[in-house]
Amino acid sequence: MTGFGSWRRWLLIGPPFLWLVVFFLLPLGIVAVISLAQSADTIPPYTPLFVHGPHGFESQASLANYRLIAQGDLRAYVNSLGFAALATVLCLLVGYPIAFAIARAPKAWRNPLLFFVILPFWTSLLIRVYAWIAILQPTGLFNRALRALGLIDAPILLIYNDFSVVLGLVYAYLPFMILPLYGSLSQLDENLVEAAADLGARPARAFLEIVLPLSLPGVAAGALLVFIPAIGEFVIPDLLGGPGTLMVGKVLWQEFFDNVDWPAAAAVAMVLVALLTAPLLLAQRLVERET
Amino acid sequence: MSKRLTAFRAAALALGFGFLYLPIALLVAYSFNASRLVAVWGGWSLHWYGALLDDDKFRDAARNSLEIGIMAASLALVLGTCAGFAIARFIRFRGRFLFSFMVMAPLVVPEVILGLSLLLLFVASQAWLGWPASRGILTVTIAHATFGSCFVAVLVRAQLAGFDRTLEEAALDLGARPFGVLWRVTLPGISPALVSGWLLAFTLSLDDLVVASFVSGPSATTLPMAVYSSVRIGVTPEINALATVFLGVVILLVALAFSLIARQERRRLAAG
Repeated sequence: MTGFGSWRRWLLIGPPFLWLVVFFLLPLGIVAVISLAQSADTIPPYTPLFVHGPHGFESQASLANYRLIAQGDLRAYVNSLGFAALATVLCLLVGYPIAFAIARAPKAWRNPLLFFVILPFWTSLLIRVYAWIAILQPTGLFNRALRALGLIDAPILLIYNDFSVVLGLVYAYLPFMILPLYGSLSQLDENLVEAAADLGARPARAFLEIVLPLSLPGVAAGALLVFIPAIGEFVIPDLLGGPGTLMVGKVLWQEFFDNVDWPAAAAVAMVLVALLTAPLLLAQRLVERET
Repeated sequence: MSKRLTAFRAAALALGFGFLYLPIALLVAYSFNASRLVAVWGGWSLHWYGALLDDDKFRDAARNSLEIGIMAASLALVLGTCAGFAIARFIRFRGRFLFSFMVMAPLVVPEVILGLSLLLLFVASQAWLGWPASRGILTVTIAHATFGSCFVAVLVRAQLAGFDRTLEEAALDLGARPFGVLWRVTLPGISPALVSGWLLAFTLSLDDLVVASFVSGPSATTLPMAVYSSVRIGVTPEINALATVFLGVVILLVALAFSLIARQERRRLAAG
């Protein structure tokens, strides 16, 4: 019972609903429409979809942009999916022990530890990614440390390649993996693990058969929170990637800003949306199940 | 619990936090570096902070970013609180699936899509309705308020899920009107979510490069846009100084908010 009658409810639902329809849903529809146009030297830089011809209004819509994507270099799309998947797995491998350790830490420590996991997320991604340049570049910290230790003679290439992009993705999205994992692991009943130990299960077996299955909702949520935004990431491949590191987000950016081909950028965006639809609906189902 | 396991957990925490904070620590350290070379230590100096203060480009951009951030966060707080409350409390209404999808999706949809789609909306609406007349502070504010409100909604909804409803029900039983209860009982009760929601929307707005690059016009360069254009040219110690100031402000604000929230929680627990 909330005491809210029908019209009172809509006073609350209405404003955000309308706002999101106008500024989230409608724009996606416009992207779909513009993706059927062609670029032109006009303001705005695309051809109208309908022109007035001798036989009334004629449609100029075409799938040319999509044809170009299909015939062209699909590496960016494959790369994006691959990098995002790899970053998700690595985030899981790195994040799980951290989330586990926080969930098992003394109660008074848990909130401060969580705070320090979230804190980097509150600070600028651009600045944090930029900080890695100073570490990874040939004259940077890693190379100098390796040389001082006598492990290498000449600087090794750590930046402007696929390695640095995946490292950047893992670094940027790790908190998104740790938080939902912690959520699942902190609700786990410790008695179950102890009971397993009492019954003779080794720690590894207790982990595999009890802790891991019970934390799967957190794994799923964390994986989606990393995977979905990582596919379309722009800042990380742009600053840490090399000329050969193509990702969809960067392709879209270049079509729009460097080539000023808005319809082509719109078509890339639609392909990206299509790639994301399934994981997005999955995420939605996970969220809905919580209520 | 065995000793080996405890050591493993301590190592996981140390390595994990080392990974998260190493770049930030280096950045701060090198902002005090006298040398122009980024990787060579030339002694302590505040030189780059002075250079930063004299740089009009960054000062103007910072002013734009602050203005946008405050307006966008405030708008996001209002919209997001309504949305979070609706999703948490109104179990069934027409369009609920669409609504909660629209609230969730902007959290994860890549920024390039949000940016491009909003730009195309503003261009189309300028052609048909004559609004917005130009792109700049207003359009960036609208864009930031849009994804900011979704983050606020998530926080509000999470806090409402753990909120004791007996007080609200008592107030209703005593004849208070629903909006009165919302204003005097529910909102004060979820104030930690409101504070952290506003702050999150504010810092997200302050951080955003991608969406702002799409929807802003030539007159309104935001701080991340100014940083990005200078980072593309090369790594400069001035950016380290700027980043340190930025980090300092954000960490101070967040720590302040969290300690306020913690104090309020303690008081509530003591009173209850």
